[in-house]
Amino acid sequence: MSLVSVSGMTKKFGGLVAVNDVDLSVEEGEIVGLIGPNGAGKSTLFSMVAGDQRPTSGRMTFLDREVTGWAPHVAARSGVGRTFQLMRGFPTMTVRENVRAAAHLRHRSRASAARAADSVIDELGLQDVADRLAATLTAASRKQLEVARALATEPRLLLLDEVLSGLTPTESRQSVETIRGLQRRGLTIIMVEHVLEVIMGLCERVVVLHHGSKLSEGTPAEVVADPAVIEAYLGSGRRKTPTSEPQSGREAK
Amino acid sequence: MTATLTPAPESVTQAVRSGPPWRTVAGLALTLILLIAYPFALPTVFAANIGILALTFATAAVGWNLLGGYTGQVSFGQALFFGIGAYTTALGVRAGWSPWLTFVVGSVLAAGVAVLVMWPTSRLRNHYFSIATIAVTQIVMILVTNIEWLGRASGLELPIPDHNGLATLSFNPRDKTPYYFVALGMFVVAWVAGAWLLRGRLGVYAMAVRDDQEAAAAIGVSVRQVKLVMAALSGSIAAVPGGFFAMYVSLVDPPSVLGLNLSIQIALIAVLGGVGTLAGPLLGAWTLIFLQEYTRSELSSTGRSLDLLIYGALIVLVTLVEPGGIVGLAQRIGRRLFGAARRPRPGKGKP
Repeated sequence: MSLVSVSGMTKKFGGLVAVNDVDLSVEEGEIVGLIGPNGAGKSTLFSMVAGDQRPTSGRMTFLDREVTGWAPHVAARSGVGRTFQLMRGFPTMTVRENVRAAAHLRHRSRASAARAADSVIDELGLQDVADRLAATLTAASRKQLEVARALATEPRLLLLDEVLSGLTPTESRQSVETIRGLQRRGLTIIMVEHVLEVIMGLCERVVVLHHGSKLSEGTPAEVVADPAVIEAYLGSGRRKTPTSEPQSGREAK
Repeated sequence: MTATLTPAPESVTQAVRSGPPWRTVAGLALTLILLIAYPFALPTVFAANIGILALTFATAAVGWNLLGGYTGQVSFGQALFFGIGAYTTALGVRAGWSPWLTFVVGSVLAAGVAVLVMWPTSRLRNHYFSIATIAVTQIVMILVTNIEWLGRASGLELPIPDHNGLATLSFNPRDKTPYYFVALGMFVVAWVAGAWLLRGRLGVYAMAVRDDQEAAAAIGVSVRQVKLVMAALSGSIAAVPGGFFAMYVSLVDPPSVLGLNLSIQIALIAVLGGVGTLAGPLLGAWTLIFLQEYTRSELSSTGRSLDLLIYGALIVLVTLVEPGGIVGLAQRIGRRLFGAARRPRPGKGKP
């Protein structure tokens, strides 16, 4: 049974078509990578699944229930945990309080929410910064906190929006390990990522978006061999901008 | 104004930090002892009057703080709830009801009105919400000013009861001490109720909504529901001091219980004391009411506008010097005196 499935998903902002007739179905326990150049519509598709944006047209089901255009808090209660690409959260609270707030979704009492939050904090290695205000964290820790908040809601589907970009190689390796651990626990994950290498190592299936439409879909190896994907990422080679050569030459010194 | 109302991060979440350590308990006990000792230490009518008004408006500010300080919906319409409480008590007591009953009725009415007002305005953010609350309150004030059975502009006088006592909330006018202790009881109950609410899930959710509505929704918080509940609680708490005020001054009229001045005063008390802190309303109320009454008695020849001058000066001062209010200032001084021993400063947390 597919956990989440969208069909004909389209989002228009005025004249701009951000997402165009996308079909996507994710099975329980899968890790699916969503890649594509800037402006390809990855984040818009994400926010429609999470309920932040209403699709212009198209349908979506979650656990075979029609949920098109649901509200974000309903999505969260139904089992969709999501991170934000630009780090959000509650800056006046400590890391522990941030995670505890999220844990309250499944735990009514303070004590039980606190226990659940602490185990998420341990799992993600945030113990050292647990009592610091969220606003004072480094970029890497903030990304971890994004994941921690999402996990504390005890989701069935986890939407990770660029949680690996901007990290150092060591931090990135740690995060990849964390995500593997989550998958072993049976969590279904859809992740948006710019960096192809990361997706290659983690995902069984990759979906490439370009100009809002699905360009390619398959295993990582299939997708990177797809000529359409290569063209979308690298361009056709003929469209060299006239200014690029002399300027790059000067910058090299 | 928005800068003023951004809480100082360190001060805010203390309300939800776990378990009351001995320091908190000692602080609360000391505060309560000081409040009980006050009328005996300063046994003048003038001092008692300051205390009564301070506790009355501190209670209203406790209500304001739930919505403005903890949920981030900065209201300049708290007078609406205060006024509902005041008019309910005036009407009820004139009809022969017990004043205590009118407090309960006023509180429930105010909660209902809060939900009605919040329903359409809950989508508004920041100053848009603040402006809407001003508009609604002004409309209600104009309505009341034109309604016959609410006494129009001259308001409603409260009857003098046959006998004095706690049941009728009427005491010998020469001794204000009983009024003071009723006000103190009211404040303590409101404060404890507020603190208790904020410790639980609702308080955590309110602060999540204040900090980031999208992130709050993403962890399953119904932003609208939290705002509605907090508005109802805020209104119901603020109505009680309105009813008490009506009993105390024996007269309600539109400008004194529904005016914009009153709304600003209640918000300013919470801001001056420290937005989103539990100690804020008490500290702010005592400071502001003392300044107000003192200048009124010492410089009475200059007329009423002097208190507006004080408001203005205080807003500028809090914005420029210490957005965390008196609580923020005290914490800053505490840190300077005792170093970083109590709470590691941001950025030094990692070994």
